[in-house]
Amino acid sequence: MEITLNINHSMHHVLIRPDEFLLDTLRNMGIKSVKKGCDTSSCGICAVSVDNKLVRSCAYYSIRAEGKEILTVEGIREEASLIAEFLTGEGVEQCGYCSPGLVMAIYTMKHELDEPDIESIKHYLAGNLCRCSGYEGQHRAIMKYLEVK
Amino acid sequence: MGVNQSVPKIDGKGLVMGKAAYTDDLAPENSLIVKVLRSPHAYAEIMSIDTSEAEKTEGIRCVFTYKNVPDKIFSRAGQGYPEPSPYDKKILDRFVRYVGDAVAFLAGVDEESVDEAIAKIKVTYRIMTPIIDFEKAKDSKTIVHDEDHTRSMFEMGHEPSRNIAARYAMEIGNVKEALKSCDIVHEGRYYTQAQAHCTMETHTAASWLDLQGRLVVMTSTQTPFHVRRILAKNLGMPISNIRVIKPRIGGGYGGKQCIHGEFFVTWVTLHTGLPAKIIYSRKETFQSTYTRHQMRIDMTIGAMKDGTIKAINMEVLSNTGAYGEHALTVLMVVGSKTLPLYNKVEAVAFSGDVVYTNTTPAGAYRGYGAIQGNFALESAIDELAEKLDIDPVVLRKKNMIHLGETSKIFEVMGEGQEGTPMTIESCELEKCLDICLEKLEYFEKGKSREISPHVVRGIGIAIAMQGSGIPHIDMGSSILKLNDDGSFNLMIGATDLGTGSDTIMAQIASETLKVPMDKIIVYSSDTDLTPFDVGAYASSTTFISGHSTRIAAENMIKEIKEAAKLQLGSNQVEYDGMIITSDKGDISLSELAEKLYYSEHQKQLVSSGSYVSSTTAPPYMAGGAEVEIDKRTGQIKLIRYVAAVDCGTTINPNLAKIQVEGALLQGIGMAMYEDVNYSDSGQLINNSFLKYNIPTRMEVESIDVSFVESYEPQGPFGAKSVGEIGIDTPPAAIANAINNALGVRITRLPIKSENVWMKLNHN
Ligand code: FES
Repeated sequence: MEITLNINHSMHHVLIRPDEFLLDTLRNMGIKSVKKGCDTSSCGICAVSVDNKLVRSCAYYSIRAEGKEILTVEGIREEASLIAEFLTGEGVEQCGYCSPGLVMAIYTMKHELDEPDIESIKHYLAGNLCRCSGYEGQHRAIMKYLEVK
Repeated sequence: MGVNQSVPKIDGKGLVMGKAAYTDDLAPENSLIVKVLRSPHAYAEIMSIDTSEAEKTEGIRCVFTYKNVPDKIFSRAGQGYPEPSPYDKKILDRFVRYVGDAVAFLAGVDEESVDEAIAKIKVTYRIMTPIIDFEKAKDSKTIVHDEDHTRSMFEMGHEPSRNIAARYAMEIGNVKEALKSCDIVHEGRYYTQAQAHCTMETHTAASWLDLQGRLVVMTSTQTPFHVRRILAKNLGMPISNIRVIKPRIGGGYGGKQCIHGEFFVTWVTLHTGLPAKIIYSRKETFQSTYTRHQMRIDMTIGAMKDGTIKAINMEVLSNTGAYGEHALTVLMVVGSKTLPLYNKVEAVAFSGDVVYTNTTPAGAYRGYGAIQGNFALESAIDELAEKLDIDPVVLRKKNMIHLGETSKIFEVMGEGQEGTPMTIESCELEKCLDICLEKLEYFEKGKSREISPHVVRGIGIAIAMQGSGIPHIDMGSSILKLNDDGSFNLMIGATDLGTGSDTIMAQIASETLKVPMDKIIVYSSDTDLTPFDVGAYASSTTFISGHSTRIAAENMIKEIKEAAKLQLGSNQVEYDGMIITSDKGDISLSELAEKLYYSEHQKQLVSSGSYVSSTTAPPYMAGGAEVEIDKRTGQIKLIRYVAAVDCGTTINPNLAKIQVEGALLQGIGMAMYEDVNYSDSGQLINNSFLKYNIPTRMEVESIDVSFVESYEPQGPFGAKSVGEIGIDTPPAAIANAINNALGVRITRLPIKSENVWMKLNHN
């Protein structure tokens, strides 16, 4: 079936299977920042923003996204690039596989949390797993980024 | 210029910004999808296998069983050659030896057709009784490698008829006699589980034929050159016909130091002429790649009343699962990277058997035996201290290794072979220990204190060492090429797993060549275009490949000076990076480069360097845990983890810190959360992130890492390794902390709240 999706500020007509997940639709379109990490919606690697809410694209039907605004790292270049400065400043993008999902989570967190402190940040980002960094450096980077904002 | 500076990773921004970088991002768009039919049984013989319906399915291009793939026996371990691991694996076999073993593989135009076809493969199995419990495996009626098909490349005690993949024993002095003369002898038995790596990118491989018909393999591997060698041998084609490329990979930790999907995709490509790719599911990664070796370790330690440790005996039983990748070498590291910590003993012995069982194979995992050995040794030291009534820190300080000392073990035990004698040329272990004690306020607060009538806190300590590469075996090499604007291409075999080794090599080249970092363009891990390197394992990259880059850069300076002499017409030139000076005038590097390629005395400047070490300078660290336990429920909270590390002079302090922080959390995961259970029939129960709990950020209260700078004369710019050591201390330190809080000794990992509660209530 053909649907129309608003991805990264432009409209796309895409052919999908009715049961297709957003993760596959985006990757098939060449948006490779969105990655798969598990088969049980538990890792947060595939996180994208839909109407400024963080969703796991591996468990979100593409058809549900019609009429909504989908954002990936490619669609928030300026903000992502600033977040990247802080993450790379701490060296926490180790294998980097979890980084785009984390950036999207930080992006929506900023819209959703009024006065983020370390506890609420940890809570918000709990679903974004990282096996390389041990998280501490991520938290250092995020705190610095939020201070600047 | 470059060294000892926290420069950001050269590829970091690109990764965060989601650039196509990993195997599946870069695999050809029209790749056939490859999937593997996995065994539902822990041990069975395939009596018949009918693929006709699967082959007829629309979109399916080929189906392979053991009948139509090469019938060769090999080891999948990406190690030195000849491998110190038994040859016991085939691409596909008539026998399946664990739940998840490969039965058949097939390729089709899309996932749907492959899924449809895979369900149509009809297999009749003769189910056999599996051996799941590794303590019952030796001389069990069930023999995992029943046929007479396995072999070892050299003597390693390989006895498949007894389910023994490998065994090893050594004794220095007479342990029995030494123990007899001790005032106090402590004996303890410790268990560690089969931890899963949980790389966020699952194992992925793609292959295609290039213009010249050569086989190109892109794969998430830690060892591209070993992959090329193993593929060539078993596909029956020359090494020269294969190119292996490692793009960015989403985590390794040892899990990708082995062949996994590479045979499946390459066989499909060779048969169809078409590009093919395989992406392991998360379940497949848990069940059908490999794990850390599960172990049982028996410790006997004897000491005099004054705290002089006189004898240590360590006896290991290691579970390698269905296949013996890294069986011998991991076993040896259990002793060789722990026992030298207490180097003043009169006698020390180490022995172990590695047994086959019908469970997921074990292989390399960060720490590689050292974390298992550390849990046993460092728990036992605390228990001994208690029996001696000496503070465990005081006992450690009295007996541990120091600068200028040695251990006979360095000479006796290597990895799969004899070791190399060496004297410790850098060691700040004592300072590391002091920093941890100070930060934890160990002497002020005491090892335990009550917070409320039900809640207690405890502090526990452990020390650790690791190696820096494998002496006389691990080789790394680098090539530098000058460009016409004065920049350099640095081509290295070293394999960056996300650890930042590309950046580290750029820093070393920049430092040596005295040019800014942005003049160094790094390209790594491509068997056609980069020189040989064993790959990223055994904590070798900075130490071994780092030297090769330094040497290549020094050779490049010689080349530049020679070229400048000709250009300037002088016999005396000085190089200081941007300018070459002489009595006959000066020339900038970029001017020289331009002349070299376009106008005068034209010549391409290229240099190379390769390096093999004769030592394996150990990094050291101390780790301390503070835990809080609610006695009513047994609930354990890790309040904080403090670590101080001596990894020599850090090339990149930020990256070193993240290496340690990340490794610590993996160690904490092993200590407290990551459980591995099999059903009686051999089904792995913890095969998803829902059932296998790696620490999330909620589990981290505070991880505090500091470095105690030392200078290792054998290392590049004073550096030692840092990739593995961080993982070693948490299991023992946390067990010691719990014991100090409650007087309850837990000897089996993972240490979960319910185990503490059980111990408290039903000891
Ligand atoms: S950086 Fe590797 S998983 Fe987060």
